Amino acid sequence: MKTIVCVKQVRTLGDEVEFTDDGTDVRPDYVDLALNEWDSYATEEALLLREAHGGEVLVLTCGGKESEPALRRCLAMGADRAARVEGAEGNDAIRVAHALAGVVREEGADLVLCGVQSSDSVQAATGTALAELLGLPRVAVVTRLEVGQGTARVHRELEGGLADVVDVEMPAVLTIQTGINKPRYANLRAIKQAEQVEIAVSQAEDAPSASRVRRMFVPARGAGAEMLGTDPAEVAGRIAEIVRERTA
Amino acid sequence: MSVLVLAEHLRGEVRAVTHELVSAGRSLAPPVTVAVVARDPEPLVGAVRVEGVDEVVTVAAGTDEFENDTYQQALEALIAARRPRVVLLAFSVNAMGYAPAVAAKLGLGFASDVHGMALEGDSVIATRSFYGGKVDAEVAFPGVDTVLLLLRPTTWPPAEGASDAPVSSLHVDVAPSRARHVEFVDVAASTDVDITQADVLLSVGRGIGDADAILQFEGLAAKMGATLSVSRPIVDAGWMPASRQVGQSGKTVKPKVYLAFGISGAVQHLAGMKASGTIIAVNTDPDASIFNVAHYGAVVDLFDVAEELEKLY
Repeated sequence: MKTIVCVKQVRTLGDEVEFTDDGTDVRPDYVDLALNEWDSYATEEALLLREAHGGEVLVLTCGGKESEPALRRCLAMGADRAARVEGAEGNDAIRVAHALAGVVREEGADLVLCGVQSSDSVQAATGTALAELLGLPRVAVVTRLEVGQGTARVHRELEGGLADVVDVEMPAVLTIQTGINKPRYANLRAIKQAEQVEIAVSQAEDAPSASRVRRMFVPARGAGAEMLGTDPAEVAGRIAEIVRERTA
Repeated sequence: MSVLVLAEHLRGEVRAVTHELVSAGRSLAPPVTVAVVARDPEPLVGAVRVEGVDEVVTVAAGTDEFENDTYQQALEALIAARRPRVVLLAFSVNAMGYAPAVAAKLGLGFASDVHGMALEGDSVIATRSFYGGKVDAEVAFPGVDTVLLLLRPTTWPPAEGASDAPVSSLHVDVAPSRARHVEFVDVAASTDVDITQADVLLSVGRGIGDADAILQFEGLAAKMGATLSVSRPIVDAGWMPASRQVGQSGKTVKPKVYLAFGISGAVQHLAGMKASGTIIAVNTDPDASIFNVAHYGAVVDLFDVAEELEKLY
């Protein structure tokens, strides 16, 4: 059983933000980098599959050298190999899918797992676009996975607390939702070992672009909340008062 | 200009977001065509023929419930037949399963979680958020004929009323889906309390830190005559059952008072509680999105406030 997990080193903003000179993104020195939360669940799911069925886990990302810590984190969790493809990174999920497809096609896999979405772009599109480019079946937003003979039975998380039980032919691409498992922590030794692993690097094929950010800006806030102060006793007093008034 | 909307339906009911797509399409670039894809679409036609709809197209294909390959093939055929300038779908779990595939295959312009749209000449400009909602962006789609947008639910007002839009059918030869619906499971069902019935919800999120705090807040909620509810990370961590979850993937609630403690306010959470009567948010992050929908707020440690509340009840 070979599983490829597509992951992303996501960018999180602190309290302050400044934009690049062309105004189309935030300046890199105002962001922190981390493995996308959804992708840690996808990686854990791949490791659980390997424990149950044998085989290997390859983690793959689309990004430059700065994205390597995300791959090393997955290696430290237990992934066998890591690869990155560069030249298509950014906010265009479909372009990223084209870049990933080149590597996945060459590697081949029984399952390809992606996170449902990335916390910085929230397109929820890469996995489903990737499946199309590979000609594979797919299911988006998976909260449960059981692999059978040539098919997988999955739960697809619908809105409103409903799950859709789906049988999908394999190989397939699945996008993994948070909460499907408990991602393991890497121990210090594994983290050290992961630093030594060589990461295979390739260049993205020319990929069409499906969108272009032309301007980023800090959105105007609404009227906003009436602030109740900063003294806990005063805040609690006002809360109790409001609750009493509104439920009278 | 023309807009194609694909109706969302589940267990024989057209979902409300479909009507939001109609009003969004009508305000952008009418005429608006609504397509209904189902094994037997006829019973669903009445519910989509609302004001602002200029045409209804039925595609009799697939099974009663959603299957992603069926929707993909139907949408591709509809785009070929109607040549819409803009295709509007909900930013929903169903659309996530086929819309990006259609966009990748046909080379369409694509953006999801869109919460604003405008026309500049012939060009569609979409507004969406990045970086946890702290930043918005205008997105353009240069050099494409058709743009496929997934719109954020509960953003546009639902179209109401009725229209006398003509109804036609489109025949599409659809291969069986490789991902097949088996059954539905109600994961939020339980014998637990029903959070949608509570007058006051004390809702806690990631900010409470660890599982032990759940007990403390259960105690506080009981004292206050409130019901404890939670945001998604608490359910993901296994600290509370899914029946207590507020948000798009959990329950939609409308209590008289909604107290949000340590909840930053992800879009999916806000969609499930923003219609509450009075919203009070306590969070140490002054930029947390929850303050955009809250009526009252306090940037202060939630445990300090909880301790003071304990004394008052």
